Amino acid sequence: MNDSLEVEADARETIDTGECFARFLNVQKSYDGVELVVKGFNLDIQQGEFVTLLGPSGSGKTTCLMMMAGFETPTHGEILLKGEPISGLPPHKRGIGMVFQNYALFPHMTVAENLAFPLEVRHLSKAETRKKVDHALAMVRLEEFGDRRPAQLSGGQQQRVALARALVFEPELVLMDEPLGALDKNLREEMQYEIKRIHASLGVTMIYVTHDQTEALTMSDRIAVFNDGIVQQLATPETLYEEPENAFVAYFIGENNRLQGEVVEHIGDDCQVRLDSGEIVLAKAVAAGGVGARTTLSLRPERVTILLDDSPPFDNCFEGEVKEVIYLGDHLRTRLTVCGNDEFILKTPNAKGHPSLRPGQTIKVGWSSKDCRALDA
Amino acid sequence: MSESPSSPLTTADGVPLKVSLRRAVRRSKIKAFLLVSPLLLFLVIAFVMPIFDMLWRSVDNPEVSAGLTRTVEALEGWDRQSLPDEPVFAALAADLLEGQEARNLGLLSSRLNYEQSGMRSAITRTARGLRTMEPPYKEALIDAHARWGDLDTWKLIEREATPLTISYYLMALDRRLTPDGEIVRAPENQRIHVNLFWRTFWMSAVITGLTLLLGYPIAFLLSNLPLRHSNLLMILVLLPFWTSLLVRTTTWIAILQSQGVLNDVMVAVGVIADEARWQMIHNKTGTIVAMTHILLPFMILPLYSVMKTIPPSYMRAARSLGGRPFLCFRRIYFPLTIPGIAAGGILVFILSIGYYITPALVGGQSGRFITNYIAYHMQTSLNWGLAAAIASILLFVVIIFYLVFNRLIGVDKVKLG
Repeated sequence: MNDSLEVEADARETIDTGECFARFLNVQKSYDGVELVVKGFNLDIQQGEFVTLLGPSGSGKTTCLMMMAGFETPTHGEILLKGEPISGLPPHKRGIGMVFQNYALFPHMTVAENLAFPLEVRHLSKAETRKKVDHALAMVRLEEFGDRRPAQLSGGQQQRVALARALVFEPELVLMDEPLGALDKNLREEMQYEIKRIHASLGVTMIYVTHDQTEALTMSDRIAVFNDGIVQQLATPETLYEEPENAFVAYFIGENNRLQGEVVEHIGDDCQVRLDSGEIVLAKAVAAGGVGARTTLSLRPERVTILLDDSPPFDNCFEGEVKEVIYLGDHLRTRLTVCGNDEFILKTPNAKGHPSLRPGQTIKVGWSSKDCRALDA
Repeated sequence: MSESPSSPLTTADGVPLKVSLRRAVRRSKIKAFLLVSPLLLFLVIAFVMPIFDMLWRSVDNPEVSAGLTRTVEALEGWDRQSLPDEPVFAALAADLLEGQEARNLGLLSSRLNYEQSGMRSAITRTARGLRTMEPPYKEALIDAHARWGDLDTWKLIEREATPLTISYYLMALDRRLTPDGEIVRAPENQRIHVNLFWRTFWMSAVITGLTLLLGYPIAFLLSNLPLRHSNLLMILVLLPFWTSLLVRTTTWIAILQSQGVLNDVMVAVGVIADEARWQMIHNKTGTIVAMTHILLPFMILPLYSVMKTIPPSYMRAARSLGGRPFLCFRRIYFPLTIPGIAAGGILVFILSIGYYITPALVGGQSGRFITNYIAYHMQTSLNWGLAAAIASILLFVVIIFYLVFNRLIGVDKVKLG
């Protein structure tokens, strides 16, 4: 009996340290004592995970990152790193690498000196410092640039130096505060892959803050969608996109057709909703209230199909009038009036044999009740 | 229309592009010049011309050649080994007589007196008996004043007959020309200027250091506080600019004098005895305290303008990389503020070595600056040549500092807000 208890206790400990590398426990933050910027934030991060805090500006995501780094103190709650509370620990003792939005490279030092700084303050020998700096430069493919000043580098190169500097002292956790915000689109995509590659090869844990949903979807293992100081949904990119749990997440991630209505009847996992324009829609009841409650139906534009005469029937079929067709190369965006909503978007791949649509034309569209999610109002 | 590639570009109607462009920008150039011209004119009249006048006065030497025209002419070809001959003495008598009648012997006698004290009385006394003097003049003049029998007097007259002189600069540096043209140090009791120059420089350096010490934290606070608070602090920093310089200086007298506020408080508290009140004004302490206060904004503003451009993320990055707060300051923040320190330092130092009112009011005897001697020579001793020479030396020092600063830091780094 005693033995098995000990084994159990051991197992729990390994689970604690193994599964929860970093942990936000009911963290609250207020700057002015009147309003809470972060309202009860809970997050468990596992070793080696890439977690993104995604949200509009002012949603509290950067504040959470700053609390983890030690530049802000939580007003309430605790932050644990490897099981140890770190609220009392000053930033320089946390051993957390950080990449800032403006890179924060020291302008009076060369790239190599910038990279050597965290090693110098750790009193590493000259030879070892040199070795690690060279290694870090090679990792971000900037071997030739060690003697340059940051101002002599392009934005993307500066970004890579900042990344190398945050990694050169081999921290177990790296925080990134909108690191790609200042780059143009192509470079940003390139850097996304670069960061992803480095993350995969080093196995460090990364917490990434961004307001760019594409960036979050491309890079993360898990995404915490922030709004108004609380996490709206914490899930993998796929779940977040396919199965948003509330109207905000559905609206914030990807494009989304919204139909407002009232719940009429629950049928198993589904529910019937009477739209404000009178039509009855069958939808999956995700976060809809009881009968009579207001609800928002969320429907991805690419999950709506144009019905031809020989198409198999959907459980939701409606007529729509084409308002506008926008040619986007690989796909077409069609704006329709469906069920009284004239902002109804339909995305169709630009494939052979697809019916060509003209404004004014009336067509039939349909969607499955599985793709139509009844969320909170 | 086909054009050979080498022919100059032309506009559609065939006018060369350069000519056309010049014509187009001429109007705006003229307009710009007209806008600047009032200030330009003012600067030329009130700044450039006085400076050149001062530089000219520091070497101009018309008194001897104008006042002793005949003597100088007669001295040509003199062997410098023995007293000149009768014609020279006759010429001197004629020159002095003419000078006395025109009542302009004063300029000449002062000028020669700067070089050789006693020359003023020699000339005035000789001139008094000139009317009744009979030839041979050599004996008569030497009779009237023994100076004329001294070889050095004649060497002096010959030397100072040149239109330009360096003797004002030598005087300003406590040096002197011997009759034989060697540069020697002035007698010990007459050496004042070099000491004053050094005092001006080291006290200015101390004042600069103190303003840096006091201003650095304030500038740091100013650049890091939220705007609402930093505006208030900025007003406090600029407040001295809105108060008369004279008021601020005299306030320090009220505070620091023996019967002043500070001494009274310390006596009342019992820190010092009533008989042992501290002498803090009308000496070096007074000058340093008052000038540090007055020049402080000139240190704070350039520092602030530099610190404002340093993003707080630099320090945060340094901290997150593992640097202790002081190390981060020393390695990251401080080096980035060096342009501000240099700009504020050079500004305060240059303003300080040229300061006049404050040292004059609170400096007493020991806290005076070289500028107070420029004023003395301008107003009391009326030796404008010497005043100009001292001022020119100050100007050269400032220019040297400026050039060094520009080479090391770059003048374009100096901003005041």
